[in-house]
Amino acid sequence: MALIEAQGLRVEFPLYHLAARSLKKRLLARAAARVRTDEANRVVVSALRDLDFRIGSGERVALIGRNGAGKTTLLRSLAGIYEPVGGRLSIDGSLGSMIDPAAGMDQDSTGRENVRLRALYRNLGPAEQARLEEEVAEFAGLGEFMDVPIKGYSAGMAIRLAFAIATSMQPQILLMDEWFLAGDAAFMGKAEARLAELVSGADILVIATHDMEIVRRWCTRAIRLDAGRIVADGPPDQVIEAMMAELG
Amino acid sequence: MLAGPILAPETYAFDAAAPRRAELARKDLRDGFASWRLAWALARLDLRNRYRGSVIGPFWMTLSTALMILGLGLLYSRLLGLSLADYLPHLTVSLVVWNVVNAMVTDACIAMTHAEGVIRQLRVPFTVHALRSVFRNALTAAHSLPLILVVFAIFGHLPGPEAPLAILGLILLMANAFFASLFLGMVCARFRDVGPIVANIMQLAFFLTPILWKPELLKGLAVWLPLNPFYAVLETMRGPLVEGGGAPLVWLAAVVYTVVLGAVSLTFFARFRGRLAFWV
Repeated sequence: MALIEAQGLRVEFPLYHLAARSLKKRLLARAAARVRTDEANRVVVSALRDLDFRIGSGERVALIGRNGAGKTTLLRSLAGIYEPVGGRLSIDGSLGSMIDPAAGMDQDSTGRENVRLRALYRNLGPAEQARLEEEVAEFAGLGEFMDVPIKGYSAGMAIRLAFAIATSMQPQILLMDEWFLAGDAAFMGKAEARLAELVSGADILVIATHDMEIVRRWCTRAIRLDAGRIVADGPPDQVIEAMMAELG
Repeated sequence: MLAGPILAPETYAFDAAAPRRAELARKDLRDGFASWRLAWALARLDLRNRYRGSVIGPFWMTLSTALMILGLGLLYSRLLGLSLADYLPHLTVSLVVWNVVNAMVTDACIAMTHAEGVIRQLRVPFTVHALRSVFRNALTAAHSLPLILVVFAIFGHLPGPEAPLAILGLILLMANAFFASLFLGMVCARFRDVGPIVANIMQLAFFLTPILWKPELLKGLAVWLPLNPFYAVLETMRGPLVEGGGAPLVWLAAVVYTVVLGAVSLTFFARFRGRLAFWV
């Protein structure tokens, strides 16, 4: 059983290397809502403020909201990358995070070497690594390019490889940023089928997106973030309607 | 169902009110050392990428060290009034080991910032990045260490039965390199001025440490040398190989410095591990 639970979750980004006092003052005067100084007199941006939610097995959650609302930061916190400064966060279940396609890739290595590297990053044994390699080679359909350094790839090929690597492992909790839904048209059909398969295999899906079509089709719940706070949480249709009404 | 591997379940819990930092740091170290294969693979990649397209690759380091030994050996043996047979084994061991120490300390400063892309995207124990830096430099060092044997052979210098002690010295050096990578890697990610400061200190330390000169040239003042951590660590390898074993005081100093560095480094790591993703 997979479970994500957050209580009073708070994440702040310190703005280091802000030596000039005038710059500090200007920032604080202009956007006082989210930029503030903390106890240690550092300038921090409140990325996530006091979030409370519980996501249980079987839920497909969409994170929606404007740019800078905190969607990706929340995904990264759930992935265990950003440590919260306040509140509690607990996650049960294996994690698959598809946040950045190029994460952990070595540009000078071939596609195949990158697959092996990823297997090491995920602590897979030799047998599983071989399976991953086979699976990725088949799905990405790169043919002989699997043995070419990836800096020689076209943008489309790089996405295909990244996509294949990221979606070849079956996690219980799937964290996804919306770049996964942008690819070349020929690949998209295949990718969508694959994602649907992955999503149905996962216990929990959390996806950050701007595409309301995806929210309606895939998700059972939508969480709307604004300026780092949850402003709405509920069935997708309801949350989207409320947002549309508000934005006019 | 997908044909790919199924990931093992894991749990992650964090409570800002009771952060259990020591426990998380221990887990990071444990998982990091368990993933030594990853660190090793990354270190080999680093080396391969650094010398991509070069014909002799990391042997450039060997060649430049060899030239350095030849040039400095001829000049300084004359300046210091020592015979080549007396001076060169000392210089070779000192210079080779110093190059390793210097590379490890300088590289430690970028151990974490270098892995920025990974730190901000994947949850990988930070220990892996420190290990990667140690392995990377150990691999480079392995290309220069044979120089010591070559010079010993040319001058017929035969180390005594205490020579295997040098392996203990090497282990001490590796432990120090790891702690330094962990500590300097994090400090340099937070304070970007520390890197250049460290580079300056290393340059000064090169002249203050008996590398070009021999400790006995200091005469009475030599008793103060163990205060120099670089000397202590250097001597744990040079002693067994050149001088018939190091003085017990030097060994004690080297162990004390390692323990102090380890304590500082691990404490710092435990306290600020969670902040690193925001620093890089």
